[in-house]
Amino acid sequence: MERVPITGQGSYRRIKMEKKTITFTLNGEKRTIEVEPNDILLEVLRTKLGITAPKYGCGRGDCGTCTVLLDGKSVRSCLILAIEVDGHEITTLEGLSKDKLTPLQESFIEHSSFQCGFCAPGMIMSATELLQKNPHPTEEEVKEAISGNLCRCTGYVSIIEAILDASKKY
Amino acid sequence: MSEYKFIGKPINRIDEKDKVTGAAKYVDDINFGPNLLYAEIVESPYAHAKIVSIDTSEAEKVPGVVKVVTGKDFPYKFGLYMKDRYIFAQDRVRFVGEQVAAVIARDPKAAKKAAKLVKVEYEPLPAVFDPFEAVKEGAPILHPELGSYPHVPWYYPHGGTNIAHWRKVRKGDVEKGFAEADFILEDTYRVPRYAHCCMETHIAVGFVDYNGRLTIWASSQSPHTQRHLIAEALRPLGFTEQNIREIVPYVGGGFGGKAGVTMEIIAAALATAVKGHPVKVRWRRDQEFYNTYMRQQVVSKLKVGVKKDGRITAFELTNYWDAGPYVEYGANVVNASALSATGPYNIPNVKIDALCVYTNLPAAGPYRGFGYSEMMFSVESHMTRIAKALGMSPREFRKINGIKKGDPLAYGAPMNENGLIECIDKVADAIKLEEKEESKDPKKAIGKGIAAIWKAPAMPPNVTTSAFLKFSEDGSVNILLSGMEIGQGMYTVMAQIAAEILSIPPEKIRVELPDTDRNPYHWQTVASHSTWLLGNAVKRAALEAREKIFDVVHRAFYYEKDHLYLEDEKVKCTTDPDFELPLKDFVINGIMMEDGTYRGEAIVASGSIMVEFASALQDPETSQGGHPNVHYTVGAGGVVLEVDKETGRVHILKLAEAIDVGKALNPEILKQQLIGGAVQGIATALYEDMRFDENGKLLNPNFTDYKIPTALDIPDEFIPIFVEVPQHDGPFGARGMAEHVMIPIAPAIANAVEDAVGVRVKAMPITAEKIALALLHGKKEVDDFFMVPVKKKEV
Repeated sequence: MERVPITGQGSYRRIKMEKKTITFTLNGEKRTIEVEPNDILLEVLRTKLGITAPKYGCGRGDCGTCTVLLDGKSVRSCLILAIEVDGHEITTLEGLSKDKLTPLQESFIEHSSFQCGFCAPGMIMSATELLQKNPHPTEEEVKEAISGNLCRCTGYVSIIEAILDASKKY
Repeated sequence: MSEYKFIGKPINRIDEKDKVTGAAKYVDDINFGPNLLYAEIVESPYAHAKIVSIDTSEAEKVPGVVKVVTGKDFPYKFGLYMKDRYIFAQDRVRFVGEQVAAVIARDPKAAKKAAKLVKVEYEPLPAVFDPFEAVKEGAPILHPELGSYPHVPWYYPHGGTNIAHWRKVRKGDVEKGFAEADFILEDTYRVPRYAHCCMETHIAVGFVDYNGRLTIWASSQSPHTQRHLIAEALRPLGFTEQNIREIVPYVGGGFGGKAGVTMEIIAAALATAVKGHPVKVRWRRDQEFYNTYMRQQVVSKLKVGVKKDGRITAFELTNYWDAGPYVEYGANVVNASALSATGPYNIPNVKIDALCVYTNLPAAGPYRGFGYSEMMFSVESHMTRIAKALGMSPREFRKINGIKKGDPLAYGAPMNENGLIECIDKVADAIKLEEKEESKDPKKAIGKGIAAIWKAPAMPPNVTTSAFLKFSEDGSVNILLSGMEIGQGMYTVMAQIAAEILSIPPEKIRVELPDTDRNPYHWQTVASHSTWLLGNAVKRAALEAREKIFDVVHRAFYYEKDHLYLEDEKVKCTTDPDFELPLKDFVINGIMMEDGTYRGEAIVASGSIMVEFASALQDPETSQGGHPNVHYTVGAGGVVLEVDKETGRVHILKLAEAIDVGKALNPEILKQQLIGGAVQGIATALYEDMRFDENGKLLNPNFTDYKIPTALDIPDEFIPIFVEVPQHDGPFGARGMAEHVMIPIAPAIANAVEDAVGVRVKAMPITAEKIALALLHGKKEVDDFFMVPVKKKEV
C-alpha cells in the first residue's frame, strides 16, 4: 500500500499497487506478464513487450495513433489498462503481416498513402477492422471509419483511395 | 537528354513499406536498455515571474529518483539566430509552461510524482500578451539585457524595449505613390497563433558515455544544426561538435516545429548530469502545444494605393509579430516575411516595417510557410477587396500587377524566372472564378475566391549541404545524407535523381536516415529548399560516381570515356554496340585483366554545394542591396465553397492549387503533398483556434479542444496543378513547393466567404460563429479576435 497524490488536489487516497500477473494473446502468441494496476496498455506493449507499432500521440484517445484490435474491435490502447486485457486477444500492426502483407497493406504501398507514417499503424488497424466487418464500404463509410485516426500530412485522400481499392480485393 | 527514365515519373515512395509494416522506427521505438532513465519537467505556472527559490529536497527522497536538476546546473544560453534563451529558466520565467527544473528517475511514474514535490517560490511580475501593448512606453520589459545578446548581423534588436528585431524595407517613395493613387484601401488584419500538431510529439534521448561522449537521438529536422547549437551551449562542460553525435530515425511530422533546437537540449543537458544512463524526454501532447515553437500571431496594418487601371502605386505595411518570450528562431520568420511582404507583385513604392515583439505567451517560431502563411492572409484579402472596389476581376487585378522575371523585388534584387500568371489563370479557370454559382439549397450560398502566393527559402546566405553515395556488390546504392524524411517524400526524390544519372531503378537505392557521425552535413530540412539544394548535391555525387565507373571501364577496356554511357544498370559504349558490362560485376570487385590482375575500386562518391550568390548585407534602414533570397516559388490557390447562412458553417466544394515547381520530379508525391498542405491550410482558415486565459495560460492544448481535420472534413474535390517554368540552377529544373501549398488557402477562403455571403472576415480563423453572428447582425466586416485575453487580472 502506498499513498499517491491525486493531481492538483492536494488530497490523498489509498490505491492498491500490488503487481498482478496477466495472460493474453498478443498477435497470436500467449504472453504472460506482470503489471501494476495502473499501467496503461500502450506503454506495456511498447516498453515491456517490444511492440512499438502502436504509438503515443496524445494519451487521451483523441488521435488514434495507438489503435489496436481488442478481440477484433479497434480500441485506443492509451485508454485501456493493461490488466483489462487479461484473457483477451490483442492484435497490433505487427500481427497483420507475419507471413505476408495483407491486401490492405499492399494497397497502401501502391498508393504511397502515408507521408511521415506516424499515424499508419493506428490507421491500418482501423481500416482492417472496417474491411473485416464491411468488405465493400462506400467512400463515406471509409471516412467515418477512419475519422478517429488523425493524420496531419496527407489530407486523407491517398488513404481513403487505398482502402477503397483494397476493398475490391476482398 | 530530353526523355527521362525516372525523373517526372510517379514512382512509389521508397519508405512506404517501412511505414505500412511497422518496420519504421521513430525515437520512442528504439530500445535503450534497462539503464534508461526518464525525465519529468517542472514548469512555470506564471507567465512572468522571478524565481525566488527552488527546493528539491522532497523530490529527491522519492524512491526511483536519480537526480533533480535546476537552472543553476546549466547556466548556458542557446539560440540559432539570437541567443536569448537558457536551457532551463534562470532567475525568471517568461511564459506559462517554461521549464524550471527536471526530475530524472528510473521510471516515468516516479519522475512525475517527484516533479510535483519540487517547491518553487515565485515573485510574479506584470505580464504582457499583446504585441501592441508590449511596444508601448512603460510595458513590462521581458529581456532587460536584450542589447547585449549575441545575434546574426541581419537582426536589429532594440535594447531596452520588447522589440527583438525590426526589419525595414524601403523602395521608391510611398508618399508619392499614394499621391498618384486613384483609390486607397487601408485596414487591419489579425492572424492568430497556430500549432503544428505533428502526430509524433517532440522527443529526445541523451546519453553521455563514460568516455564523455554525448549521443542524442531526436525527432528532428536539423541534426547538424542541433548538434552545433548544443555543442555551443555545452562548451563550458567540454563538449564540441567532435564529441557530440546526433542520430535521427524516422520523424513523425515536422512542419517547421522540429527545425531549431527545442527540447532536445534538455535531454542533452540532463544526460551530462547522469553519465552512463540514457535519459528520455518525451513531450506530452499538451507540452507539444505550449513548449515547442508554435506559429506567431501577427497584426497587420496594411495600406495599398492603386490607379483606376489596376496598377498598384504604393504599398505600406506594418506587421506587429507576437513572438513570445524567446525569438532565437522566430525573429527570422519576421525577417523573411518582411522582405517579401508585398506578395508576388511588382510595386514601385514600398514601405514595410516588421516588428518582432517579445510577449509572455509561449515561444513561437517557424511553421509551414514560414512568415508567408501568416502575412499573405492580409495581403491577398486586400488584393481581392481592391479589385472588387475597382470593378475588376480578382484574376485580372493580380495579373496586371504580377511579378515577372527581372522585375525588381522590394529590396532591389531581380525576380527569378516564374510562371505566376500561368498559375493564376489555371486556378481561376479550374474553379470558373468569374461564373457565379447558386446553391440548390436556399439556405446556402456558394462563393469563389483565389489568392496568389510566393515564397523564398529563408536561409542564411552560406547554406550548404552534401551527400555520400556508395555501391554494394549487387549493384545497389546507398545514399547517405542528413536531409530529413519528415513525410515530404524527399528520400524518394533523391533516389530518383541518383537513379536517373546512374540508370539504376530507384527501388535499388536506399537513402539513409541522418547520423552526424556518418552522414555528411546538411544545414536543416526547412524552407522547402532541399529538393533544390540537396538535390544538386545528390546529383553531383551521382555524376562523380558515374565518372569513376567510366574511369574503371576505361582502365580495363581502353574505351574512350566520352564514348561510355549508362543504361539499365550497365555500362555501354557508343562505338561498340556489343559491349555491355553490368555494374554489379565490377563496382566492388573490379574487372580482371588477362594477367589476373584487377582494375577497379569500390565506387564511392560525394557531392556538396553551397549557395555562393546570396548575401544578407543590406542597408538596415531600407533593406536595399544584398541578395537574401535564392529564388521564389510562386503559385495560386482557389476555392469554391458553400456557406450555410443560418449556421455559418463552411463546406469546401472544390479546391484548386497551381504551383510552379520548375520541374515536377515526382508528380504523385507532389499531388499528395499539395492535398495535405491544402487541408492544413483549410483548418487554420476555418477552425483551428488557440485560446489563452487572462494569465497567458493556453486553454486548449489537446485535440479535443484544438480541432485538426479528420477524414470527414476534407473538400469534395481537389484539383492539383503543376506549372513547370524551369529553375535554371535546380536539379532537372526543379524548385521546392512543400510549404507553399498551405499559403494561399486562408486568403482564398476569406475571399470566397465574402463572395458567398458578403461578409469580410479580417481576423482568422473564419469560424462558423463569426460568419453566423455577422449575418445575424447584418455586419459586413468582422475583425473580432478572440485569442488575446480581453480581461486582464492582476497576477
